[in-house]
Amino acid sequence: MFKSIRLRAAVTIVLCLAALVYLAPTLTLDLPDFWKQYLPTDKIHLGLDLQGGMHLVLEVETAKAVESTLERTVGDLKENLMDKRIRFKLRERTKERDTSFEFPDVAARDAFDKLLKSDYPDLEIATSATAEGKGSVTLKINDKRAVEIKKLAVEQSLETIRNRVDQFGITEPEIIPQGIDRIIVQLPGIKDTARAKSLIGRTALLEFKLVDEEHSLDEALKGNIPEGSVVAYESRTDRTSGRRSQNPILLKGKSLMAGDALETAKVQIGDRFGQPHVSIKFNAQGAKDFDRITVENVKKRLAIILDGMVHSAPVIQERISGGQAQITGSFTMEEATDLAIVLRAGALPAPVIILEERTVGPSLGQDSIDKGTWASIIAGILILVFMVVYYRLTGLIADVALAMNMLLLLGIMAAFKATLTLPGIAGIVLTMGMAVDANVLINERIREELRLGKTPRAAIEAGYTKAFLTIFDSNVTTLVAALFLFGFGTGPVKGFAVTLTIGIAVSMFTAIVVTRIIFDHFVWNRKIQKISI
Amino acid sequence: MEIIKTDTHFNFVRLMKPAVILSLAVIVIGIASLIWHGGPNYGIDFAGGSLIQVKFQGEPDADKIRGALKPMGFEGSIIQKFGPQEVIIRTAESGADPKGLTSRIDEALTVAFGKGGYEVRRIEMVGPKVGKDLTKKALLAIVFSWIGILIYVGVRFEFRYALGGIVALVHDVLITITFLSVFDKEFDLNIVAALLTIIGYSINDTIVIFDRIRENSRKNTRMPLLDVINVSVNQTLSRTILTSLTVLMVLIILFIFGGSVIHDFTFALLVGTVAGIYSTVFIASPIVLVFEKIKPSGLKRKK
Repeated sequence: MFKSIRLRAAVTIVLCLAALVYLAPTLTLDLPDFWKQYLPTDKIHLGLDLQGGMHLVLEVETAKAVESTLERTVGDLKENLMDKRIRFKLRERTKERDTSFEFPDVAARDAFDKLLKSDYPDLEIATSATAEGKGSVTLKINDKRAVEIKKLAVEQSLETIRNRVDQFGITEPEIIPQGIDRIIVQLPGIKDTARAKSLIGRTALLEFKLVDEEHSLDEALKGNIPEGSVVAYESRTDRTSGRRSQNPILLKGKSLMAGDALETAKVQIGDRFGQPHVSIKFNAQGAKDFDRITVENVKKRLAIILDGMVHSAPVIQERISGGQAQITGSFTMEEATDLAIVLRAGALPAPVIILEERTVGPSLGQDSIDKGTWASIIAGILILVFMVVYYRLTGLIADVALAMNMLLLLGIMAAFKATLTLPGIAGIVLTMGMAVDANVLINERIREELRLGKTPRAAIEAGYTKAFLTIFDSNVTTLVAALFLFGFGTGPVKGFAVTLTIGIAVSMFTAIVVTRIIFDHFVWNRKIQKISI
Repeated sequence: MEIIKTDTHFNFVRLMKPAVILSLAVIVIGIASLIWHGGPNYGIDFAGGSLIQVKFQGEPDADKIRGALKPMGFEGSIIQKFGPQEVIIRTAESGADPKGLTSRIDEALTVAFGKGGYEVRRIEMVGPKVGKDLTKKALLAIVFSWIGILIYVGVRFEFRYALGGIVALVHDVLITITFLSVFDKEFDLNIVAALLTIIGYSINDTIVIFDRIRENSRKNTRMPLLDVINVSVNQTLSRTILTSLTVLMVLIILFIFGGSVIHDFTFALLVGTVAGIYSTVFIASPIVLVFEKIKPSGLKRKK
């Protein structure tokens, strides 16, 4: 510890000034220009529970990403087998979602094994059986690759969601990964939470498929779905009644193009009803593919499918080579805008589900700020008065320390960009109650020493020395608990741990160092004979 | 000013037996209450489900709200008053679809109260998976904080002090849980934060007395530990009462003025703080004595 009172006082004053500099942006609205240029301008960051907003925890269903990779690869393998004229039979077991290949003879099986080894390093034989001379195998993605796919799916989802949120126009969103497959999304100040949720949570998988017009839809609905086709639904809104209906439609199973062929998407207003639609522009490869598809399928119907729901299935009138297309449907302006955003940002590699949501409206946040502020002010005044009544002038010294404690606590929060939450305010109030403890300990010790007949100077010296270890040990144990609180907590609770931890740490400084400076000043420089305690 | 006169000679150690009986009685009541209520009343943080806080223009009419929600399939929802103009609607459902739940409740309320007649102030939804995670994390946090404190106190003092401190902490947490269960308060994340704070505060208090015991027993190695403890508790009594007063004062203010969002949180803190002060004086130090009787410490001291 420094011996010189002046030096200690100077350090304290510098610290307080620094805290004030960091706090100034929070305290006043109009900072002078030179301030904005050279000095910190960040206000104390308020948690979502105080400023209002939405907190989401999403889980990326990474297993689905592996599944769809398997499906794609197996599809490719199938075509490759057909090209190579290797004989096989496919049995699809929809329930377990795995496909098993059956081979009529050993030669076919050998050829298959060779192809698998050379061209499909990601695939692995899951089970293999031989019965009556026929070999059958089921495939899976090998474990190493599956881990990679899962990791990639989370990274990609994070990026895509970030893009979507950015385009939605929310200030200071926070999108961070958590654990293996979770993503935390924090959107301060958001009003239309339902819209934001559907924007974030939507997979937005865009596909183009041909409508199967050769087979009967009625038959398919009865359960006789032709091989290679699927039944999908088209959603229509009746313009006059506003009622939504779903019409079944039979599609060819193969997806001709997907959302990754898009370059951009934007909302346009149609001429006839002033109805918005989304116009999309393909990238170079996409335009080429689209050109080929339209040439090959003139007069056929091409369905545009988003997340499994058919949006429209117009007839291809002629070859479309400009690389442009439109998605029509009965959209409201909002729906069209959101669709354009998700198409631009791209599809999520796997569906996400919302595990946790916490939304606080702005009015509740303001209420909490008001109530928290009042509670703090009342508690502060009561403690200040109490200390003066109980310890008189020495109590006043403790009060100075307490005020400084608050100043430094808030200053540190601003400087380190810590988040203030409602439980955090409770933590500040609690800190006020606990911070005076150190001074109580010191003062009680000084009283004890005075009772033993020591001089003020000796009593203060002994009081501080003896109380120091007690204060240190008791506060460190409290910090241990606060540390676990910090590690455990999320959001508001973490805010509580932050203020409590900083408060305790700062109180050790203010209660021990700052009060001592004042005592020393009076005892050494003024040579007082009696302590008002 | 002085609240406690300097020379108190209360025999705290003698009061240990009745104190332990009292504490055990309260804890037994707590266990009985937990059984009666069918376990702790878990909030959505742990049980999963949804919570919607709605503010109405006037006094909210619970029956009307219930009636409005019924056709939407929320018969099982709990409607709780929350301050003068607000209610909390709680359902076990945790909307898996992103739009579903809240918009359905919104729709129901619009039909019954009109568009401007109410305001949705807070929505919380926790899926069952997260609930399980949070429960595990909460338990771990509490147990690890005990272990952390046990180690620190064990290193700085002696192991039997650490044990005495931990018994006191477990005691405080149990007492707080008892009161929460008896008053049928919900267990949520905030309550866990409160429990951890109680742990932090109570150990702080306990350490101050332990520190005195350590100091006094070094000064008078011939004094029996029983007397050392009594002297030490008496010497620190004024400090214990003073600090407790300031802490309780701010907690009462938070309880009254802090708003309904942190009402249960401050309730738990109040109960826990009182339990903490009590356990510091009547439980923690005598436990040290018990351990001393079982296994005397290495220090030469006459019993």
